[in-house]
Amino acid sequence: MEKFEPEIVAFCCHYCAYTAADMAGSKRISYPSNVKIIRVPCTGKVDAIHVMKALEKGADGVYVAGCLEGDCHFKNGNLRAKARVARVQKFLEDLGWETERVAMLNMSAGMGEHFAKTAREFTEKIKELGPSPVKQTASKAV
Amino acid sequence: MITAEQKPLQEIIGYIAPYDKILLVGCNECVTVCAAGGRKEVGLLASALHLNSLKQGKTIDIKEFTLERQCDPEYVEEIVSYIGDVDAIVSMACGCGVQTIASRYNVPVFPAVNTKFMGASISQGVWAERCQGCGDCMLGITGGICPVARCSKSLLNGPCGGTSAGQCEISADVDCAWRLIWERLVELGIQDRYEELNAAKDWRPAGGGGPRKIIREDLA
Repeated sequence: MEKFEPEIVAFCCHYCAYTAADMAGSKRISYPSNVKIIRVPCTGKVDAIHVMKALEKGADGVYVAGCLEGDCHFKNGNLRAKARVARVQKFLEDLGWETERVAMLNMSAGMGEHFAKTAREFTEKIKELGPSPVKQTASKAV
Repeated sequence: MITAEQKPLQEIIGYIAPYDKILLVGCNECVTVCAAGGRKEVGLLASALHLNSLKQGKTIDIKEFTLERQCDPEYVEEIVSYIGDVDAIVSMACGCGVQTIASRYNVPVFPAVNTKFMGASISQGVWAERCQGCGDCMLGITGGICPVARCSKSLLNGPCGGTSAGQCEISADVDCAWRLIWERLVELGIQDRYEELNAAKDWRPAGGGGPRKIIREDLA
């Protein structure tokens, strides 16, 4: 069997996680190329439908990375995102999917190493879970 | 407004299991405001149903449409072009919308939400019952606080012996409506009104006389 390389979508806040990813790059700290970053002005901009559509289109895992709680540039966007991620997890639970495929992470702009570490950890977790149920069904059908 | 909550996903999935082509219809009115069945929720439910069908290895065709108002025949007419091409309709409107669609089209119609109550928003994401549509509003004599909707017993003269520290005996989270009424009357300086007993209510306009209808001769 071919080695499974998951596709992971990361919605990253411009003011923290995206800058942390940038810092990781500046410090030459590598993180898995499986993680595809989408920069958002605030994680409060990320709606449940964005996460759902990513999964629908074949992402094996999706995470939203926002500022540390209490430090949101827009006061509480990260808390709104946290609630939306929880809502998507409830959808997945109801559908019999692994809820761990979706996560909310928090970090500050200076946490480049933490960004890389969480990206590695999330990628490993998704590798353990295997391809998303969408891909698993599609591969059985072939 | 009329409040609603989405039904459990598995119940909706069960309804549409025999069908391949679904029209998912939202409503831009009350259910949009209470985030149960507006355009956004239509998109989310469609996405969830897609995820479910993809997992099952099935193909399901879901068309999304959100009507301006699902409880008016004029607006329900807007989906007529879809009807020949769908096996079933899933409505995200309140029970009024579901029934308006069901009475117009000869296609199975399923509700995707549970209609709850007539309520008001008390904070972001929180709605509370404020009216039971009793048909004979008494807010004018109760300081603008409804004992029919907000007293657990709908007492017209209260409070009862179940009030405790200003809260209702059913739950410490429920304010005693008659405590609220008294405080409001005092605030307005019209507490003398509290002495006037309210006569037994005629519950026929509240639905006790069967299904209700309004006919406006000047409009009908």
